[in-house]
Amino acid sequence: MTDTNEAGTHGAILADAPDSDDGVIVELRNAGKSYGNIRALHGVSLQVRPSQVTCVLGDNGAGKSTLIKIISGLHQHTEGEFLVDGEPVRFSTPREALDKGIATVYQDLAVVPLMPVWRNFFLGSEMTKGRWPVRRLDIEQMKKTADEELRNMGIVLDDLEQPIGTLSGGQRQCVAIARAVYFGARVLILDEPTAALGVKQSGVVLKYVAAARDRGLGVIFITHNPHHAYMVGDHFSVLRLGTMELSAARDQITLEELTNHMAGGAELAALKHELSQVRGVDTEALPEEGDLTAPVATVKDDAS
Amino acid sequence: MGMTQHAEPAVTTPPASGPGRVKDGRTAERPLALRLLARPDVGVFLGAVAVWVFFLIAAPPVREGSAMATILYQSSTIGIMALPVALLMIGGEFDLSSGVAVITSALTASMTAFQLTMNVWVGVFAALVVSLAVGFFNGWMVVKTGLPSFLVTLGTFLILQGANLAVTKLVTDNVATDDISDMDGFGQAKKVFGSSFEVGGVQLKITIVYWLVFAALATWVLLRTKYGNWIFAVGGNKDSARAVGVPVMFTKISLFMLVGLGAWFVGMHNLFSFNTVQSGEGVGQELIYISAAVIGGCLLTGGAGSAIGPVFGAFMFGMVQQGIVFANWNPDWFKAFLGVMLLGAVLINLWVSRTATRR
Repeated sequence: MTDTNEAGTHGAILADAPDSDDGVIVELRNAGKSYGNIRALHGVSLQVRPSQVTCVLGDNGAGKSTLIKIISGLHQHTEGEFLVDGEPVRFSTPREALDKGIATVYQDLAVVPLMPVWRNFFLGSEMTKGRWPVRRLDIEQMKKTADEELRNMGIVLDDLEQPIGTLSGGQRQCVAIARAVYFGARVLILDEPTAALGVKQSGVVLKYVAAARDRGLGVIFITHNPHHAYMVGDHFSVLRLGTMELSAARDQITLEELTNHMAGGAELAALKHELSQVRGVDTEALPEEGDLTAPVATVKDDAS
Repeated sequence: MGMTQHAEPAVTTPPASGPGRVKDGRTAERPLALRLLARPDVGVFLGAVAVWVFFLIAAPPVREGSAMATILYQSSTIGIMALPVALLMIGGEFDLSSGVAVITSALTASMTAFQLTMNVWVGVFAALVVSLAVGFFNGWMVVKTGLPSFLVTLGTFLILQGANLAVTKLVTDNVATDDISDMDGFGQAKKVFGSSFEVGGVQLKITIVYWLVFAALATWVLLRTKYGNWIFAVGGNKDSARAVGVPVMFTKISLFMLVGLGAWFVGMHNLFSFNTVQSGEGVGQELIYISAAVIGGCLLTGGAGSAIGPVFGAFMFGMVQQGIVFANWNPDWFKAFLGVMLLGAVLINLWVSRTATRR
């Protein structure tokens, strides 16, 4: 009955990959992307290591989405280099990224709402049994595996047949994370997983981010919430207007400084200088340039 | 800063399978009858039974076996096309050109064979190529341009409708094709596409068998194969599907080509049953197919539906169409009936999808 069981191959991505205990899995070197004459991203360098959470912060339009689209294979970079396991790559479909072990959990397009939980879990990587033309889905095995994997991540669902649209936003994110972990992802990209969630649900998702990291995954955590980032992050990169404004390890920066950068601290300091020439503007409360002790825009030196 | 970095999974009990496993205790089982009723294909089955019983009472001739054979034949010609149309709809698209594509297919086969004085199978093969090409064109345009399939296939519909008439007149100087019943291979092709067989003294058309076999096949593909999973996914959320690695382009284009395949099959049936083809026919049929799929519980916006639902949808149509004749009513009422059934089905669909996505 199970002469060609493709289900057995799902873990192969992990096993075949070169053993890189503290090696960099994904690296961007001065990467950028232009849409026609619009430069959406420029000179971005980033390293993702196993068991580390790399946070990418930035305001709306900072280039966060473009960055993940390049890494996840939805778009291609137009400048710089993109390396996986030290080799330059250029993905033309998300499938290629997935085959390299790079999985992306999108904020709003993580799942197909009307499909049952278990079908969503295995979508795009279905388990089959039997030989073509009677090759068919191994439904029992898929349901069982999905249930086990979800329970391992601490998600207990009564009915895996229920449409995933009936789950809460946090639960859906968690199913998507569990799915990525199960399919042998080495790098997990989370696109604003907490953006649309309440406080408690955000906590749940952050817990699974940490759980994924503890399982040895390299996590890229995209957010515009410095508090969430600081709870789980090992490295922080702040994007502004398509370029990298800050790149710092956890021990190089405090939450306060990170928040300051996110709020446009460097710009505020410059603005304060200008405003101090103008009468009637209270500039006392604004931060000085010296307050920003974290390494600022050291990106290009790193890359060479 | 003082944050705990190592989070523990929330559940401490090991995963247990079997009847005694941990439940989250927030879902109450609804009664079986209610759950069944919420399934759109069960709803349309009950609807079909109701219409059947109604005509059994209202039109006594319907009770005869031969009448049932006619009704089933009528249903099968709608039903064979309603199947790929339904799959396409579950895949999130529709095809307004499917009605005239049937005629295009029949015309191509007839004229190719007649004008080249070749075996009819050459024409049949040429029609298959043309039908698949039309489907491919529709799918490719929709996927490449991102335009709504409504617009793209409306264009194809008009092109085919015009070309059907113009090319036929150009080639045959007539609005119908020449009779090909005395050509080589006709008898053989008629056996395949348009023969009858006897069951218990009642003549049944072979299309009824094809219809049910195709429906069973479509059901299996939809629920038990990867490809079926992909159909639901591209219709439910195309972008999610693409992001998790589903070949969206392949799935959509192949669905359009499947409609082409259906049009070819029905076109061949028409040709070998009636020997000639009227080039102006087929207009409006696409709406019948789409209605049968919608009544059968396929969500117009994609992502939900079945292959068995449209079987009952097509049966309802065939039943009403013939039932009105058997009951000696004015057949003009047929379309009005269709409208009422369609609206009813859409309302039920709406309710179901709202229930399914309620948080």
